[in-house]
Amino acid sequence: MTAIQVAPAAVEAGQDTAVRVRGLVKRYGGRAVVDGVDLDVRRGEVFALLGPNGAGKTTTVEVLEGVRRRDGGEVTVLGQDPATAGRAWRDRIGVVAQSTGVGDALTVRETLDHFARYHGTARPTAELLAAVGLAEAAGTRVARLSGGQRRRLEVALGVQGRPELLFLDEPTTGMDPVARRRFWELVRGLRAGGTTVVLTTHYLDEAAELADRVGVLSGGRLVDVAPPAELGAQLRRVATVRWTEDGATREVVTPEPAAVLRDLLAAHPAGEVPGLTVTRPGLEDVYLSLVGATPEGETR
Amino acid sequence: MTAVLSPATTRPAPPSALAIGLARTGLELRLFVRDPAQVVFSFAYPIVMLVIFASVFAGEDRPGGVPFAQYFLAGIAATGIMLTSFQAVGTALAEERERGDLARLQVIGTPPLGYFLGKAGQVVVTTVLQLAVLLTVAATAYDVPMPDGVGRWLTFAWVVLLGAVAGTVLGIAVASAGSSRAVGNGISAFAVVLQFFSGVFFVFSELPSWMQEVAAVFPLKWLVQGMRSVFLPDAAAVAEPAGSWEHGTTALVLAAWVIIGLVVCARTFRWRRTA
Repeated sequence: MTAIQVAPAAVEAGQDTAVRVRGLVKRYGGRAVVDGVDLDVRRGEVFALLGPNGAGKTTTVEVLEGVRRRDGGEVTVLGQDPATAGRAWRDRIGVVAQSTGVGDALTVRETLDHFARYHGTARPTAELLAAVGLAEAAGTRVARLSGGQRRRLEVALGVQGRPELLFLDEPTTGMDPVARRRFWELVRGLRAGGTTVVLTTHYLDEAAELADRVGVLSGGRLVDVAPPAELGAQLRRVATVRWTEDGATREVVTPEPAAVLRDLLAAHPAGEVPGLTVTRPGLEDVYLSLVGATPEGETR
Repeated sequence: MTAVLSPATTRPAPPSALAIGLARTGLELRLFVRDPAQVVFSFAYPIVMLVIFASVFAGEDRPGGVPFAQYFLAGIAATGIMLTSFQAVGTALAEERERGDLARLQVIGTPPLGYFLGKAGQVVVTTVLQLAVLLTVAATAYDVPMPDGVGRWLTFAWVVLLGAVAGTVLGIAVASAGSSRAVGNGISAFAVVLQFFSGVFFVFSELPSWMQEVAAVFPLKWLVQGMRSVFLPDAAAVAEPAGSWEHGTTALVLAAWVIIGLVVCARTFRWRRTA
């Protein structure tokens, strides 16, 4: 192996990389729900794992958090293997999961005050309450919170220990649009401060809004990784040219729409081509193609 | 406007298991008092037992001419300890696991020992309060003589403590066996049968010898016997299976169950039902 080949790998596994995954496999009852995922998350970036329900997002994140055993592959998170890392490592990561309870009988403030005592260092309760917009509900018992408020409390608990790396598993589930916006602001604030964020979502707008890079998971495999605007580069190069001819809609899907247009214009020397449109796939079209759920009516 | 939130630049080591155990003892107690059903059940059950036993069998004497209420106070106190430790912990833990409360503790980096200490702390406090209420009622309403002398109170203290700790670790151990429903039902059924075998409802020495032998394997029989040594006059010791209170054996059996429970906990404790 030459020095030139070694160098990038050394950088990759070093200080610039928060998460490094190679060939991750997780099986349930013989069925692989995560099937050979390779993934790198750089320090300081917001990385979104996007995919439909059952794509393996939660399982992947749970392996990274060290709460689920893997059946194959290598995983390094903040320089350590999550399967064996200890408390000091765990105190450096924050987790907002889907399956964790908060208890019902305490108030919001009591809950935050209590869990502050588990960390080496903790954000003040007042700061957390303000950041997630629960200041007015501070004295409310958790049992009486709405689903969205409860989710915000869980987000507050996730960032309480001032983590370097934050995992957010479908964090905005149940939040109303205002709370969702506020949560996005919180994530931007964390990013601005240098926190690495790995979030899963099935909301495209959320991924586009927050993520530096998006990984699309489908059937346990990572089918694409790119900044949101560049996702599905191959698919985006294709345009659809539509026009009306003899009362019927004609459609051509092509990587070279200009050539199609030149032919069309030549065929209509008199001027206008009726009903002419040229469209390129939006994020949603690209996403649906990537996860293998081609939108209805699209011919390929 | 985006508020910048930075990660910690210096990070002290996370608090010790002992510190978390203390914090959790406070939390567990707070959760306990906010659950009226649990409070009523824990405190009222032994007293209701005492009232029923003393009323039904009023006037009957037991070995050594001991009044009924005095003889059975030992069994009722022991049952109370089992209730607030083994039964309460096993049931609560299975529910906490099912609700995902334990998964939260896991992702936040709680040392299992800190969690166990919190349970044990809560159990010791609630057990002491429960026994205080029970003994007060027994002494004032049924004229049961309280233990005389420091020696008896010391015996009372170590029997309560060992019994409560054994109950706690065994409760944690069995809570991993299944769903909260299965664990709750299993513990209740087991506890009732064990009470019959261990001389809570009957005079132990009058039970068939095979029942006595089965009971001697489990901690409750020793807990009841230890309590009899506290509440009965020394003359009553001749009615015991060995003709004495067997304090040494009692301590050994209870300690052995603590160790067995700890080994099982260390090997089987899980924050989640699946990994």
